[in-house]
Amino acid sequence: MTDTETRLKALMLRGLDGDAAAYRECLGVLGVRLRAYFARRMSGASGDVEDLVQETLLAVHLKRSTWDSSQSFTAWAHAVARYKLIDHWRRRKVRQTLPIEDHIEFLAADEPDPGVGLELDRALATLSEKQRTLVSDVKLTGLSLAEAGAKAGMTEGAAKVALHRALKALAERMRRANG
Amino acid sequence: MRTDDLIDALASDAQATDFGPTRAPPRRLAMVAGLGALAALVLVLAWLHTRHDLMPAMRGGMFWMKALYTALLGAAGYLAIERLSRPGGSGRRGWILGLSVLGAFSVAGVVQAMMSPDIQMTLHMLRGHSWHVCSRNILVLGLPMLALGLWVVRGMAPTRPTLAGLATGLFAGGVAATVYGLHCAENTFTFVALWYSLGVLSLAALGAAVGRWALRW
Repeated sequence: MTDTETRLKALMLRGLDGDAAAYRECLGVLGVRLRAYFARRMSGASGDVEDLVQETLLAVHLKRSTWDSSQSFTAWAHAVARYKLIDHWRRRKVRQTLPIEDHIEFLAADEPDPGVGLELDRALATLSEKQRTLVSDVKLTGLSLAEAGAKAGMTEGAAKVALHRALKALAERMRRANG
Repeated sequence: MRTDDLIDALASDAQATDFGPTRAPPRRLAMVAGLGALAALVLVLAWLHTRHDLMPAMRGGMFWMKALYTALLGAAGYLAIERLSRPGGSGRRGWILGLSVLGAFSVAGVVQAMMSPDIQMTLHMLRGHSWHVCSRNILVLGLPMLALGLWVVRGMAPTRPTLAGLATGLFAGGVAATVYGLHCAENTFTFVALWYSLGVLSLAALGAAVGRWALRW
């Protein structure tokens, strides 16, 4: 378990230093863990699980400056996931209590297959055509931000700003979506 | 959209945007304090005016004692919100400092009131010259910083919105009350322990009430 913390923390630190491949790997590992975490607490509904995984990953990305790197990364990510889960229940008006959990348990690994999230697509649909293309086209290996921007008719600088704004808008819209 | 594709977009964004230490909570909260103090100062200069005896008063101990008290309350708010603005953070250190300072100053206020020769003198210390406006003035001076603070904290990641609002209000109240000392000529522990504290606590209460629904992300 602490191996995962060591590994994730190292990847995240490299990611914060600008190593995009490490950052991508960190989010990938975290995504698998989050899927298992939410699936265990939300009997069945795999669409909801994937929505929450995606919403939480967006939050982890946009709020990463609030992680104090002298503290545990897993504990921080767990607190984000827990907040998103409770918020999800609050919006759905589901009365559920989440027992106090250790973040070690947060890492318990069983790996359900990724489901299909719907909220992200709904949120994407509210963005402008350009932003939508940009978010779905950009790849770390494959179409770079500059190329994806060119495809959407933007300079690289404009694409940077547009991508960041699009991600913030997606996070906000997923949060407001009723479920 | 598949989660893997989303992660690609997030990683591309991380690569593209500069991510300096300026984004971390301490820096952003320091900016809030700076701008909040400036707004309070402008309000004092334009609306309340500084006390006439500011220069001689600054040579006395009570001027600095008041400033120390309110600055410590603000520091307690800072310590609490610096933790509460992060997921899973606890404001314990800040609450302990805030309650200790409040307790110590209240004791000083009560002792000073009890040592006064007669009840008229005690009432005089309690009312001062400005009891009817003091708390309200501090509240008004702190509003710009409270609004800015809540907005900035909302951009961070508080997982306990009510407590985070309370801490933001205490932070704003401490800074505003410190700046208010440039205007207010009251100089007894009794007065400050009651009316200054009420002004600061009203900002904290307002912060908690607004934070409860505004600090969601």
